[in-house]
Amino acid sequence: MDALIRTEGLSLSFGGVVAADNIDFRLDVGERLAVIGQNGAGKTTFINICTGFLKPTRGRVWFDGKDVTGMEPRHIVRFGLGRSFQLPQLFLDHTVRQCLEISAAARQGRLSFFKPLAQSVNRREIEHTLELVSLRERGSELASSLPEGQRKLLDVAMALMLNPKLLIMDEPTSGVASEDKHDLMATLMRALDERKVTSWFVEHDVDIVSRYATRVAAWIAGKVAADGPPAEVLASAAVRREILGTA
Amino acid sequence: MARLFDIRILTIAGSLLCLILGLAFPWSKTPIIVGLCFGIATLGVAAMVRAGQVSFGHAMYACIAGYTVAFLARAWPQLDGLLLILAGVGASLFAGAIVGVFVVRYRGIFFGMLNLAISMVLYSVIGKFYAITGGTDGLRINRPTLLGIEFERAGFETVLLVGTLLAAIGLGILVQRYFQSASGEALAGIKTNETRLEYLGLSARRVLWDGYLFSAGLVGLSGALFALVQGLVTPDIGSWLRSGEFVFIAILGGSGHAIGAFLGAAVFELVKLFAAAYMTGIWQMLLGITLIVVILVAPEGIVGLLMKKSALATPRRKSPWGTRREENKWTP
Ligand SMILES: Nc1ncnc2c1ncn2[C@@H]1O[C@H](COP(=O)(O)OP(=O)(O)OP(=O)(O)O)[C@@H](O)[C@H]1O
Ligand SMILES: [Mg+2]
Repeated sequence: MDALIRTEGLSLSFGGVVAADNIDFRLDVGERLAVIGQNGAGKTTFINICTGFLKPTRGRVWFDGKDVTGMEPRHIVRFGLGRSFQLPQLFLDHTVRQCLEISAAARQGRLSFFKPLAQSVNRREIEHTLELVSLRERGSELASSLPEGQRKLLDVAMALMLNPKLLIMDEPTSGVASEDKHDLMATLMRALDERKVTSWFVEHDVDIVSRYATRVAAWIAGKVAADGPPAEVLASAAVRREILGTA
Repeated sequence: MARLFDIRILTIAGSLLCLILGLAFPWSKTPIIVGLCFGIATLGVAAMVRAGQVSFGHAMYACIAGYTVAFLARAWPQLDGLLLILAGVGASLFAGAIVGVFVVRYRGIFFGMLNLAISMVLYSVIGKFYAITGGTDGLRINRPTLLGIEFERAGFETVLLVGTLLAAIGLGILVQRYFQSASGEALAGIKTNETRLEYLGLSARRVLWDGYLFSAGLVGLSGALFALVQGLVTPDIGSWLRSGEFVFIAILGGSGHAIGAFLGAAVFELVKLFAAAYMTGIWQMLLGITLIVVILVAPEGIVGLLMKKSALATPRRKSPWGTRREENKWTP
């Protein structure tokens, strides 16, 4: 298997808080990784380092064979990494459809100056993606008018629009009503499989983790405390005690 | 349903009005050309506003273009007016490309003030080097030929009027297309979410630099035309007051559509003319009151008000200026 993303000795502290503590990690093509961990364990920080948003104090990151340590997010994104955020990052003054159109246009690299945005992207693809995240009816509304759950979906859809090799989703189902979570994950996973996208999502809901992940990594205090098949990790003593609170 | 606000009809009506007025009352040609120049410059400033950035120094590009025209026209009196204008625009683009590299690293008040600071340096340099720039007296520009034809004063002004009007319409359409292009929409994305732009693989600085270059060229063109119609450039063409007027017109007109720049400029010029005729000395007060009214009743400017009133109503953006009051809860 080829490592799609790999880190070595990745470390970062904020003042006295060690948010990433010497992390060695790898994710292979085709995996579906769920990351679990308590609030403040460093799950988002690790994503931020891997995607170039934060610079590590020590350690290196390779994405798709290239050393991307210290690179800006936009360069890493160009290598095929898409990301959605814990707090959705949308163009709130644009319509839902325009958000996806800007994504699609960005994927092509050069932005046109005079061709209308809607005409410089593949309309079918936009509608298909809207459909996928059940936002078709709201396509012409401003992104700022969406409730939190739908903002998350749009955020994921914008990243998906880039046709990434790896999609990292930071808590895609938080803010989504619990009865809709499974539908949403099933749809997302289908879309990812269809496009052969390797995925990595942060999730607090154990049900969802065990159902959709092929691998689970448990974060405790800036470290990967357990990593492996879902059943194994979820059953491990440390995870049960520190994360699930069931031991 | 009849549209209250059709941009095409408005453009045609406005253009005819400019022509008829200009031909019927020759004295009005200069103020109309000046108004159109202000509109063209404001198009540039409005592009920055769409990115959420307000520049208080953009008149420097009018200054650079204006002095380029003056220097060239004095050194080579046989140069054609059209060439002078092109050279002026070229100079402002060149300056904008260089200054842009620095200013696009800043946002908000820093962006605004950095532009102001650079324009003030330019302003005082021009004022000081009397031997070259004529200091505060400025430089006279003799009437050049236009497309190889020599004109009397009246004919020259008429040709400039028609030319400026055509340029204004053409640029309005061009800028509106830019606003709605991928690049223009990404520019508007700078206002709402640079993080997302980066995570789409785009450089927010590059996107802003593109817009900045556009805006420098537009303000430069207005400066070159302005210099020719006045037959004179003084440092005032690049003063911070002038930059402020562009921002003023951009708020007044609104940046939701390119035509806003011209609507704003028209109101601005009318208020100024009216005040000069009937209320000398208090035109600033009149303008101030106009602006207060606009901010209170139409924070998206005249164009925003018209679009809201018309059946055009596509989903409304919030005011391009961001929230008026401190309602900005959202942080990345
Ligand atoms: N930019 C920052 N500056 C200072 N401290 C930070 C910063 N970002 C994160 N931290 C701290 O680092 C630690 C890890 O935070 P992180 O956001 O990575 O946790 P998380 O596992 O994603 O938690 P959650 O489940 O709440 O999202 C926390 O203690 C947090 O307060
Ligand atoms: Mg987090």
